[in-house]
Amino acid sequence: MSDLIFEKTSRNDAGWLPALSHSEEEILKFLPASALRRSEAHLPSVSELDVVRHFTNLSRKNFSVDSQFYPLGSCTMKYNPKVLDAIAAADAFSQTHPYQDPQDAQGALRILFETQTLLSEITGMEEFTLQPAAGAHGELCGLLIVGAYHRYKKEKKTKVMIPDSAHGTNPATAALCGYEVVQVKTDARGHVELRDLKAKIDKEVACFMLTNPSTLGLFEEEILEVARLVHSVDGLVYYDGANMNALLGHCRPGDMGFDIVHINLHKTFAVPHGSGGPGSGPVGVKKELVKFLPAPRVLKEGSQFIYEKEAPYSIGKLRSFYGNFGAIIRSYAYIRALGREGLEAVSEHAILNANYLKTKLKDLYEIPFDGYCMHEFVMSAKRQKAKGVKALDIAKRLLDFGIHAPTIYFPLIVEEAMMVEPTETESKATLDEFVKVLQEIQKEIETNPQKVLDAPHTTPVSRIDEVRAAREPNLRYRAK
Amino acid sequence: MHYISNTEEDKRQMLEAIGVASFDALIAKIPKKLRDFKLRLPEGLSELELVRELDAIGAANKNLQDYASYLGGGVYDHYVPALVNHLAHRGEFITSYTPYQGEASQGTLQFIYEYQSMICELTGMDYSNASMYDGASGLAEAALLALRSTGKKKVILPRTVHPEYRAVVKTYLSCLDAEIVEPPFVDGAVDLAALKRALTADTAAVVVQQPNFFGVLEEAREIARLTHEAGALFIASVNPISLGILEPPGDYGADIAVGEGQPLGNPISFGGPHFGFFTVKEPFLRKLPGRICGMTVDKVGRRAFVLTLQAREQHIRREKATSNICTNHSLCALKGAIYLSLLGKKGLRKLALLNVEKAHEAYEKLRRLDGVSEFSKKPFFNEFTLQLKKNPASLKENLAANRIVGPLALSGFYTGMDGRYLFAVTEKRTTQEAERLAQAIQKAKAL
Amino acid sequence: MDTSKLKYTETHEWVSLSGNVATIGISDHAQKEISDVVFVELPAMSRSLKQKESAMVIESVKAAFDIYAPVNGKVIAVNEKLKNKPELVNQSPYQDGWLFKIECSNPGEADSLLTEDAYNSFKSTAHH
Repeated sequence: MSDLIFEKTSRNDAGWLPALSHSEEEILKFLPASALRRSEAHLPSVSELDVVRHFTNLSRKNFSVDSQFYPLGSCTMKYNPKVLDAIAAADAFSQTHPYQDPQDAQGALRILFETQTLLSEITGMEEFTLQPAAGAHGELCGLLIVGAYHRYKKEKKTKVMIPDSAHGTNPATAALCGYEVVQVKTDARGHVELRDLKAKIDKEVACFMLTNPSTLGLFEEEILEVARLVHSVDGLVYYDGANMNALLGHCRPGDMGFDIVHINLHKTFAVPHGSGGPGSGPVGVKKELVKFLPAPRVLKEGSQFIYEKEAPYSIGKLRSFYGNFGAIIRSYAYIRALGREGLEAVSEHAILNANYLKTKLKDLYEIPFDGYCMHEFVMSAKRQKAKGVKALDIAKRLLDFGIHAPTIYFPLIVEEAMMVEPTETESKATLDEFVKVLQEIQKEIETNPQKVLDAPHTTPVSRIDEVRAAREPNLRYRAK
Repeated sequence: MHYISNTEEDKRQMLEAIGVASFDALIAKIPKKLRDFKLRLPEGLSELELVRELDAIGAANKNLQDYASYLGGGVYDHYVPALVNHLAHRGEFITSYTPYQGEASQGTLQFIYEYQSMICELTGMDYSNASMYDGASGLAEAALLALRSTGKKKVILPRTVHPEYRAVVKTYLSCLDAEIVEPPFVDGAVDLAALKRALTADTAAVVVQQPNFFGVLEEAREIARLTHEAGALFIASVNPISLGILEPPGDYGADIAVGEGQPLGNPISFGGPHFGFFTVKEPFLRKLPGRICGMTVDKVGRRAFVLTLQAREQHIRREKATSNICTNHSLCALKGAIYLSLLGKKGLRKLALLNVEKAHEAYEKLRRLDGVSEFSKKPFFNEFTLQLKKNPASLKENLAANRIVGPLALSGFYTGMDGRYLFAVTEKRTTQEAERLAQAIQKAKAL
Repeated sequence: MDTSKLKYTETHEWVSLSGNVATIGISDHAQKEISDVVFVELPAMSRSLKQKESAMVIESVKAAFDIYAPVNGKVIAVNEKLKNKPELVNQSPYQDGWLFKIECSNPGEADSLLTEDAYNSFKSTAHH
């Protein structure tokens, strides 16, 4: 059943294409022989029905939100309304070209403009760009703005600070932008350790990159003090919006002192994850940074939507055209559908579900940090490890029960970390079922650990030999 | 409207289990002054109201189902068979995450492996990653790879490369110690003499777009030879459909080949999301940015797929990663893989020939019009540039009256290009539409 | 192999000195911590290295580890076998799994490195 499509053969005449009106020889006269392909590309050769069966059967080997509970921490695997897919696919939007005269694309421009405005309101920022294609792309945008700001002010800055619990894209982006990375410790309560921050901060610090709630699922109570400290050396505070799902309508990064934010539309704002992308990572800034945003932004002039004509201080372009429009329109429609009350309910139930699960699981797993969590929490399989079963094994065993594994081994500062994010769209009944399954796995750990160590048993493949994959890379099919 | 599954009774029981009286107790740690606001947003809508509202907004767009498009410049109006969306939009693809849990993601992993294989076949390159955001950011990552890999500082980026792509490369390189040189063009193609002058020992890479932004075929093989002679890497940015008939970059000496994948089964969608493909020759495998999928076996020896060579990536190597990229445009790449599977070997060639045929048919019709003059004598694939009158009066109105969108005015991208227009002609365009286009231009006194 | 004559660093490299040529590898303890080595990115020949500078990288499936130069000098040999058989680092850390050789600028530097006993007591107290 895992035959490659290259290994199947049936008739393929590409009959869905119209016929040529001229002979091949006549057409080829338009091109110099030296520019032509000499050997054909070994693409698959199968009938339409076989294409259907192949990809349908592949899809059935995936776990997905549509089919399973998917409590993957930091990823916000919520239900994304299907009407959004239909809206994005409508001809009026999917069949509009970015180089059409703005007059002929007022609908698309309106959506971009209004999304910029809605996101500004929700996050408490002045203006947004929708260009970045993903969270990491947003980080790149943000740090380029940081650089432009300090150059504009003729200040030399060399360092970017991040908490030791940060996502890997933070240091990678800082390095890409030429900054030295300085890590700040997490204290015993799971917050940025102010003493360490004070000890390490100096005039060279360009920016502090932070998620709030943190990757431990905790609200940074000292956020206003953190922002004050960073601002005192004319550093900027950058908000990594990975965890925005906890805050909608309850508090805003802009009010906490963040100068730049990126929002992952594919987490909080209902863009489906699509097996790994596309997402969208819009960036918002405070007033004094607006002029550095990527060009062009969409503006409103009277009743007309237009592209900004001049942006002399802009950091430039991050990609072609105006952003992942097909993702942005989903978020636009989602925000319009939910309104204020709907958005408030999102975070309320995300936080309620997470705290409920945490309460139910605290006897089973060690919870390294006390207190109520926000939309997710981190637990540790340390006790289970003492019995010879690691977080990885539990994650694999969960698959046998038809539940996707939580995020494991992140954040790096928690031993045997399991990060659980139930999201607001799951019901209490689903959460109770999850608890029951973990209790059952716990019994197995006590009585029959081998069963957990050998898991998964019911997936299309059992544990994968990753060492062989990396030692002997086989990264493509080669025709025999 | 909302999509919450908990009932009020559920909520009551959950708060009780947690041991708090109200939801507010759970967020009491958020400083009070941060909570003192109400979002000012439009009222929520039911699904029916939402659909009506979006329909009304969409009506202000001229869409390409109603208009014949001669617009290109990076994204193209190709026909997408119904099957592509039918398969790609299955919930198991659209609502799954990055395949980090391999055993629960064999579907995604296998299609990525097949995608990588197809892209390698198409480009004639050794290895492909699982895809990038788009063609432009992919080109910027290629330039970064070349700079890192050679330790040199100069990137040669001819003015025949898409202006937006050049802008993106400049942004990505803006905080590095790198120099970008942009040789001019002659007869619509890179000025080879200027290119040679720019090629010095400190050159990390030369970029060529094939066909270039004007639609013209560059002398890629010759440029590759010059580039390698100077000890630099050769980066090709290619149109994937053209590779059904044109020599693939792997054959003419590209070290890195990238491009925009939109023509492969993805809707135009106002410019995104699409996918960038990214390929390299063997020596650069470990320097690839982004995700890569490999074939291996499971515990009992069955074929299995998994993300591999991950130690290059940001989630492991952090500040020493080959790129900060995390996501790939999986779903768009899946559409590409389904589209290429449907095309097959024969279809790919036929599609490329159709594009050549239709584009040259339109070119002949337009070129015959009085006052239209050519921009370049060089061969082209499915896009070409023509010189009309400067600032043609009423061109837009006449095109609209003939239900045509495009061509693209180059004056928006280059100074001194008034009256030059870029026409893209795919397999979708008919002889009748080409006639309507010619009439519209004639009538607009654009000549 | 008799490892008692080797010198060690706190970053878990071992050094075997012969004249002014230092052969460098990683300790048995380190290869166990790294687990399955899947790729070794060796230093360029003739590269000048400063003591404690990152010389090369060893990759496992889920991690990458910098290997630091224990002494100042120039790279004069690398273990080419590791390109196709990185697992030698696991199988034979002190012999077939050696990494690279340095021509020392100052052979006396190695004297200040840890002895095997000192390294053993260091690793039993140190956090990784």
